[in-house]
Amino acid sequence: MVNAALRPEDPAGAGVADGDPRPKAVLEGPDIRRALTRIAHEILERTKGGRDVVLLGIQTRGVTLAERLAGALREVEGHPVPWGSLDVTMYRDDLRMKPARALGRTELPADGVDGRVVVLVDDVLFSGRTVRAALDALNDLGRPRAVQLAVLVDRGHRELPIRADYVGKNLPTSMRETVKVLLAENDGRDAVLLGPKGEK
Amino acid sequence: MKRHLISAADLSRDDALLVLDTAEELAQIAGRSIKKLPTLRGRTVVNLFFEDSTRTRISFEAAAKRLSADVINFSAKGSSVSKGESLKDTALTLEAMGADGVVIRHGASGAPYRLANWVRGSVVNAGDGTHEHPTQALLDAFTMRRRLGDLEGRKITIVGDVLHSRVARSNVLLLDTLGADVTLVAPPTLFPVAVDTWPCQVSYDLDAVLPKSDVVMMLRVQQERMNAAYFPTVREYSRRYGLDAARMAALPEHAIVMHPGPMNRGVEIAAEVADSARSTIVEQVANGVSARMAVLYLLLGGSEPAIGTEVSQ
Repeated sequence: MVNAALRPEDPAGAGVADGDPRPKAVLEGPDIRRALTRIAHEILERTKGGRDVVLLGIQTRGVTLAERLAGALREVEGHPVPWGSLDVTMYRDDLRMKPARALGRTELPADGVDGRVVVLVDDVLFSGRTVRAALDALNDLGRPRAVQLAVLVDRGHRELPIRADYVGKNLPTSMRETVKVLLAENDGRDAVLLGPKGEK
Repeated sequence: MKRHLISAADLSRDDALLVLDTAEELAQIAGRSIKKLPTLRGRTVVNLFFEDSTRTRISFEAAAKRLSADVINFSAKGSSVSKGESLKDTALTLEAMGADGVVIRHGASGAPYRLANWVRGSVVNAGDGTHEHPTQALLDAFTMRRRLGDLEGRKITIVGDVLHSRVARSNVLLLDTLGADVTLVAPPTLFPVAVDTWPCQVSYDLDAVLPKSDVVMMLRVQQERMNAAYFPTVREYSRRYGLDAARMAALPEHAIVMHPGPMNRGVEIAAEVADSARSTIVEQVANGVSARMAVLYLLLGGSEPAIGTEVSQ
């Protein structure tokens, strides 16, 4: 992984011009599919068949992943697994650092989360602050028996004592890099991109 | 940057849709056992009510509390205003207490605009004189959208005392922004002078307009503001401009009946209409909390307001 932005003599972002500025795909579509299938098996193993599991995806790409995981679980075990979406905007600790943002949808399965094993699903685990917000949001929605965390990519740099129970790929990164997950439903194709910071 | 919600015209189409979409998400909170979000924790919202109000004040209070803001209620009765304190001095007192948002209801048109020059927080107009009541227009648009879907091209008829109605003015402005076609219906004496400059149609004949209306909004006959004879008798007004069961039958199948409240049953709206399945009057009250939560969140939730307009000093 040679990245221009990582060179010590480069001030942040300046390497974009001379190195390879394009983000590099670290996972492609089939890799993502295999990672989700493995996570599905791990969830079933850890929860002994996944009878009381509820998948909750964190807006926006976590929701897509939760839907896909629910499909994978049904394929393996044969019974449907309820899934829903969670928008954590109102619980974020960085709300006051930016103008107020539009809200996403929070939609729980009909039976709610009380007494269930909730698996939170997100695309990238980074500082852990989103997951903290999700735990707070969940606290207002009911009382799950247990809460677990599944992420497609764990890129490190935690700022809170939070870890994932299921990880698609551990991806060691620098703070000067960005990780972007693309999913066909949201972005037209499946990929995980690693690129230098400072470009959209 | 400091922004306020003083007129419905302060909202661009994108702003208005953002408020309505946000309200749609926040409406879910009402169905939960814990009806609270931590979003405005540590922020202070002052409800400054110089005029009587039940639903608007309670609605703003509930909205602010559901967002965890600290709420200070101020009503002119029983305050230093009855000792002759001016609006400015009252505002400066509140300013010293550190209000992040000020919700104001005042009998004088333009009072919120003046207030916006004196306080550091965002000002939300909760009704000023016969001028505007933008959050009412937002909750009305929200109610229409929930019942009918997109408002683009919808025919909306607003009937009654347009002259004294801040609800009518705000609704006309907001609904025009959202692409709806508004028709105002009233006796000629109850139209303001410059109504021809408003972005809407004007009619004196309710029965002609009803069959092509998707929404009929009845306005309260504001007897407390009527210091002249605007119509011969209440019965005559009711017969020509009141919505009774026979008139309701002339509406299209899907049409809804709205009223901002408080109602004069038997004057502008018959009891059987107010209590019918088409009436959204109770829904409007519930939706009011969601719409006001959305406004407070978008004005006070972030580092700077996401909606509204600036007021030059």
